[in-house]
Amino acid sequence: MSAIALPDVLTIVLTGLGLLFFLAGTVGLLRFPDTFSRLHALTKADNVGLGLVALGVALQAETWGQLARIALVWVLALVAAGLVAQLVARAALVDRRLRG
Amino acid sequence: MTVLFDLVLCALMLLAALAAIGGRGLFRATVFFVAYGITVALAWVRLGAIDVALAEAAIGAGLTGLLLLGAVARLRRAGAPEFPVRAGLVPALAAAGVAGATGWVALRVPGAGGLWTEAGEALPLSGVENPVTAVLLNFRAWDTLLESIVLLAALLAVWALAREEEWEAPVGPPLHARPGGVLEGMARLLPPVGIVVGVFLVWAGASQPGGAFQGGTVLAAVGLIAALAGLVALPRPDSGSWRTALAAGPAVFLLVGASGLALGGLLLFPPDWAKAMILTVEVFLTLSIAATLALLVLGPPQPRRMP
Repeated sequence: MSAIALPDVLTIVLTGLGLLFFLAGTVGLLRFPDTFSRLHALTKADNVGLGLVALGVALQAETWGQLARIALVWVLALVAAGLVAQLVARAALVDRRLRG
Repeated sequence: MTVLFDLVLCALMLLAALAAIGGRGLFRATVFFVAYGITVALAWVRLGAIDVALAEAAIGAGLTGLLLLGAVARLRRAGAPEFPVRAGLVPALAAAGVAGATGWVALRVPGAGGLWTEAGEALPLSGVENPVTAVLLNFRAWDTLLESIVLLAALLAVWALAREEEWEAPVGPPLHARPGGVLEGMARLLPPVGIVVGVFLVWAGASQPGGAFQGGTVLAAVGLIAALAGLVALPRPDSGSWRTALAAGPAVFLLVGASGLALGGLLLFPPDWAKAMILTVEVFLTLSIAATLALLVLGPPQPRRMP
């Protein structure tokens, strides 16, 4: 048995933790009653989840370029998730008012 | 461990495909179609075909999904009844037959390497280092040239749907975005990143996965988000500069291909010139692909109601 290097341990812990957040977000998406609380579950949990996964994977990066790309993926996903949450919430508001 | 991952991926692919064709409602079917495209792109990554994965994610899932979503929204606005998506017996049997025949052929292809060795041997003569780009823009340049013309023809077909009195209007539906809203913020933040990524994909295509189609799709997405946020004015279909952009790719491709006549034959690129010729074609092809895809998504010109 060879010892596992510290970065590898951290990668496993961080990505594992990130997956837990994804799981929690998915459970929230499935179980919460309306669009707004579902969005809340998704945006909070997934952003942290992806951040933890990105952090864990970043520890395995071999070059600064790879590191920058992982960071870019995370930032873009974060911005996109925030935007989509806003748009979906507004659409849901309009929908509710129309049915209203 | 990777076998487990592949099995889960295959299962997800099949489930998404089944949900897309058996799902209730067109909107749901479209969402599952996009999910299916993403799982297929992942499968291509697992098979080591990064070029195909990029194309599938950008065009198969992203752009086609967007076109279908647009069609669903249009049908709803027009008050069309939700026709049942449930497939009839005959189409189902026909599709199963095609799938079976494809699988049978795929299993009977001799040798595991395909044309890899032949392409690899000719690669030094192609002017590029990425074998996929070498095939697309040199060995099988005909196919790519015709593809770029088909894309243009598709846009012409979409524009042909416009009525005479609509022809004066800008392309696409009237778009409403709140000034200073999140969409506008996003549309100011994303284009610089998107343009760099798009141009990088085209440039990288010579030596690593990427190319005109992938880069063009990213650039089209950048243009679309700026248009959705109301930051750029939508062109009219008779705009001269836009028509030039649409035709530039196929036209330059034909010109460069014809100049090969003096050097050996139509669409034959001599090794010393191949890199420059291919890059020239790719640059203009990217411009045309980006413009064509963005205008395809926006659809035919539609008159705005007078305020």
